[in-house]
Amino acid sequence: MNLLEMNHVQKSFDGLSVIRDISLQVGDGEIVSIIGPSGSGKSTLLRCATMLETMDSGELIYLGEKAAWNSDQGKTVYAPKQELKRIRQNYGLVFQNFNLFPHYSVMKNITDAPLTVQKRNKDEVFQTARELLRKMGLEDKADAYPCQLSGGQCQRVAIARALALNPKILFFDEPTSALDPELTGEVLKVIKSLADLHIAMVIVTHEMAFARDISDRVIFMADGVIVEQGTPAEVFASENERTQSFLGRYGAMLK
Amino acid sequence: MDISVIISKLMEGMLVSVQIFTVTLIFSLPLGLLISFGRMAKSRALRTVVQGYISIMRGTPLMLQLMVVYFGPYYLFGLQIGNSYRLWATFIGFVINYAAYFAEIYRSGIQSMPAGQYEAAKLLGYSRPQTFVKIIMPQAIKRILPSVTNEVITLVKDTSLAFTLGVMEMFTNAKALAASQASLMPFVAAGIFYYVFNLIVAVVMDYAEKKLSYYQ
Repeated sequence: MNLLEMNHVQKSFDGLSVIRDISLQVGDGEIVSIIGPSGSGKSTLLRCATMLETMDSGELIYLGEKAAWNSDQGKTVYAPKQELKRIRQNYGLVFQNFNLFPHYSVMKNITDAPLTVQKRNKDEVFQTARELLRKMGLEDKADAYPCQLSGGQCQRVAIARALALNPKILFFDEPTSALDPELTGEVLKVIKSLADLHIAMVIVTHEMAFARDISDRVIFMADGVIVEQGTPAEVFASENERTQSFLGRYGAMLK
Repeated sequence: MDISVIISKLMEGMLVSVQIFTVTLIFSLPLGLLISFGRMAKSRALRTVVQGYISIMRGTPLMLQLMVVYFGPYYLFGLQIGNSYRLWATFIGFVINYAAYFAEIYRSGIQSMPAGQYEAAKLLGYSRPQTFVKIIMPQAIKRILPSVTNEVITLVKDTSLAFTLGVMEMFTNAKALAASQASLMPFVAAGIFYYVFNLIVAVVMDYAEKKLSYYQ
């Protein structure tokens, strides 16, 4: 069964069509990268998948459970609030600009939602949080506040925060776009290290080498549609004109 | 009449001033939050009503509002107003006026919060009330603290407006003393009282700001 299934998604802003009929499936533990030029609708697709944005039409299904479907008029209808709340537990999102809670310490940023939302056992949550911090290389930052951390450290805390809720699928919205090249490396390394957690990941990124190395599947988007998708090897060696013109520069670099 | 008499008279009035100050804060701070919710409500009708209310409260003198609250029951409904209603009218007038100002301050703080904070909270599964109480409110308070300080300091001085309703607060007493003594001393003393009162307010609010400066 697919963890995530999006069928015929459409979304426009003020009459400007941003996503035109996109369908996307993500399987258990699969790592999918979405690449493409700015304005191609990658982030909007991610925001539709995470229900930060409502779709105009299309279906959204998590683990076989419908979060949204089309009415007879072809408009999207969302499931009742309580069901959406449950469905949201399946996924997490790492934002481009972290969106940590500045008034909470690193530890509280990570542990508060598991404690107050999921109502999990305190000892277990703190132990999980400490393990996550160790995995992120931040074990000495538990009591720091976000303003005392570098951008790369903030993003690693944000990843730990998302993972603490035990999502089955984790979305990344250009996780390194707000970081300088040095900090980008440390964050990408952490994301790579997550591959063995067997969590499905959907990553919108401009880091081509990273996408090639980490992904099971690469999706190339342009102008609101999926131009092509396949294994990294297939997409990066694509004969498709649109893909080639986007990858041109990167393609040459990666060879 | 020597200075100690002046001071004891003023102290008597000071107690009433402090009472007005305290009652106003206790009720207008939470009421302001409710009003700010109304001001940001989804319902257009509610928003318009609240906006009109705030507009009137800000657009007319507090002194006039106090008079309306005090005399209104008699002129509008023919109710007999007793002497004890003076202080009550003062409380009511101050609370509804200050709540309007606080509402706008709250709104500025709440609306200045980046959308990303709401989105992160939503993704982490916080309910809307949880998001407001745990994530938005604490950060908004930090942002609005300087404006609140301003407003509280104005309130200390505004308590003197209760003299229009003949409430025996500090300024009313100072005025009576000055008239009977034909001296400026009571006013000078009253000025010092207000100044010290505000100095204390400033110190307390400064402490609160420092307390919240552990993050940015």
